[in-house]
Amino acid sequence: MCLALPARLVERRSADEAVVELGGVRKTVSVALVPDARPGDYVIVHVGHAIGCIDPVEAERTLALFAQLQAQPDPAPAAALHAPQGAFLQEVTP
Amino acid sequence: MKYIDEFRDGAVARAMASRIAAECEPGRSYAFMEFCGGHTHAIARYGITELLPPAIRMIHGPGCPVCVLPIGRIDQAISLALTHGAIVATYGDTMRVPASGALSMMKAKARGADIRMVYSAADALAIARANPAREVVFFAIGFETTTPPTALVVKQAAAEGLQNFSVLACHVLTPSAIAHMLESEEAQKMGAVPIQGFVGPAHVSIVIGSKPYEPFAAQHRKPVVISGFEPLDVMQSIWMLVRQVNEGRAEVENQFTRAVTREGNLAAQRAVAEVFELRESFEWRGLGDVAFSALRLKPEWAAFDAERRFPLDYRAVPDHKQCECGAILRGVKAPVDCKLFGTVCTPENPMGSCMVSSEGACAAHWTYGRFRDIAVVGVAA
Repeated sequence: MCLALPARLVERRSADEAVVELGGVRKTVSVALVPDARPGDYVIVHVGHAIGCIDPVEAERTLALFAQLQAQPDPAPAAALHAPQGAFLQEVTP
Repeated sequence: MKYIDEFRDGAVARAMASRIAAECEPGRSYAFMEFCGGHTHAIARYGITELLPPAIRMIHGPGCPVCVLPIGRIDQAISLALTHGAIVATYGDTMRVPASGALSMMKAKARGADIRMVYSAADALAIARANPAREVVFFAIGFETTTPPTALVVKQAAAEGLQNFSVLACHVLTPSAIAHMLESEEAQKMGAVPIQGFVGPAHVSIVIGSKPYEPFAAQHRKPVVISGFEPLDVMQSIWMLVRQVNEGRAEVENQFTRAVTREGNLAAQRAVAEVFELRESFEWRGLGDVAFSALRLKPEWAAFDAERRFPLDYRAVPDHKQCECGAILRGVKAPVDCKLFGTVCTPENPMGSCMVSSEGACAAHWTYGRFRDIAVVGVAA
């Protein structure tokens, strides 16, 4: 029910509507709830409405931790894990 | 697909699993509740249970809006179509939920009720525009993710001056349900399990932010980690919970930083605040009446409120006697503890709501886990 997927905003049609693309499928959705989203942004689409945006910097930070995890030998725990929001994963940020 | 595939990497999941196992303190057991059905589904689908050490037990929470919708509300939607002759537009999820009188919305449709599945609240509005001579009611269910779209269509209907559109508002609130499970004497009496921490909602938190969980974490001394719905998100969040428990912390942490902020989506919150107000009480399947846990339309939008527009009485209806959905929704029982599971109750013919939605604990276990407990038998050559 709360299923939502990140899709790339392709084109704004009007103040409230935009075309998004996900895996080659294009669809017109409402962007009334994300008034600042621009083409190229990834928005989270839920029941025909974009309800939020993906922060690419934060996504990269999380992925950098995953990469670091895989590279590290077991079982040295990644000390950065429980850093609070915002300061998340400072240690692995290049 | 970007921002999806990277968060499903099996090798990273295994690396993370060994770290989690290494950090579990010997002799200590950990019980965490994932509130959302989306997490329940991910845990079953990607085999996260198998990756976790035995010391960690995941308890499936009531965060599936279809599962917690009481029978009485489905009955109302059916009566709008069957008795009042309205076109009822609904998300597909509710179609097969068993209602009173051996009906469901699907069966009511077969009896001639004009019930139409829609993908979006905006589609319901389009039906109203196309059928000016008919009453059109949108069956508005869901947590905080679907509420802003409902608010938008109500405002749109008003702006267009539509006279034949209304909503049956059944939107429920996540933080009050989480708190209710720990606070309510009634819920405790019905049976509850000790929970050391919560995997917090993903998409709900995009809308409401991480802030609303803070009083809860502080008051109940329970850690909450807001988590994305992809398997690596869930694993990382469990890891963060283990750390909080080990260190004696009870904080709200945010794993899903790529989408969730502390404040949430203010545009969405404004739309909801404009159209909706709190209900004093709302019945949840499995939890009973929960105070201030749902929304209704504000009086100024009364023209679009199906409960004011039609003579609808709410009647609470008990579940099937042997259905354990209630206990499963509170985490007291597992799907396999129910006599009906997999015998008379299957996704094709659900008896209880937890088998209807793919996010329900029973449907998830049926689809991905039901062969797990069966021993593998070798065949002699």
